[in-house]
Amino acid sequence: MEIAAFYAFSGLAIVSALFILFSKNLIYAAFALFLTFLGVAALYVLAGADFLAVTQIMVYVGGILVLLIFGIMLTQKTDREAVSSTPNRVIVSITRQFSGFIVGAGLFGFLSYIIAMSNFKMTGETNISRSTLKTIGVKLMTSHLLPFEIAAILLLVALIGAAYLALNRNPAHD
Amino acid sequence: MINIPVEHYLIVAAALFSIGLAIAITKQHLIGILLGIELMLNAVNINLIAFSRHDPEKIGGQLFALFVIVVAAAEVTVALAIILRVYGHFRSVNPDKINELKK
Repeated sequence: MEIAAFYAFSGLAIVSALFILFSKNLIYAAFALFLTFLGVAALYVLAGADFLAVTQIMVYVGGILVLLIFGIMLTQKTDREAVSSTPNRVIVSITRQFSGFIVGAGLFGFLSYIIAMSNFKMTGETNISRSTLKTIGVKLMTSHLLPFEIAAILLLVALIGAAYLALNRNPAHD
Repeated sequence: MINIPVEHYLIVAAALFSIGLAIAITKQHLIGILLGIELMLNAVNINLIAFSRHDPEKIGGQLFALFVIVVAAAEVTVALAIILRVYGHFRSVNPDKINELKK
């Protein structure tokens, strides 16, 4: 049962990732990325990381993906006649497709060779029946307090920086 | 409860990472490149969480993945703001057409 769920969700993630790769329409690619994120969140649950799965859905699906779709809609092409027939078209040249395929397939072959050659000796007890929420909370407030605070400052800086960059300071161009 | 071997997680993560890299190379659209980068960050998180399953006492992998998610959120907001500025300047999001710092 668990094995079947694992293969179903990893298949969902990989197939929708391949759909992003081959899709010409960027909006469809963004929605396929939604499916990929859901599949990855299910893989987190199967690996016993319940808090990370919920975080993944809330941050990626609820935040990042909506932001990306807004970005796609705000940066549309100006040639209107091409837009009406083929909306959100991404130009993909043959040479780029070829090089992307070569690099991706080569990297996958290399990584799977390494994974097949490696022999992991797992010593720890695999305990995935208990919720990790309490452990994460305690760790964040004790041993990982400094990275936690740095992450808070990073988010604040990114918020201010993004708002400053997105402000239209030079109306002569628009 | 049957345990899924860690190699299966690693293979899925390697496939997602390779597809993300191919997307980032192939798409001639700045937001398409961002989609690929997000996919690669997710694939790395799968690795971290798969190994963290064998360490339930001090779950370092899950905490690392949490910080990766935070950095990814910060990165995508700043990247989208920069893309909007670039689009305002050049009226294009094709990275091949953007080859000067000032117009």
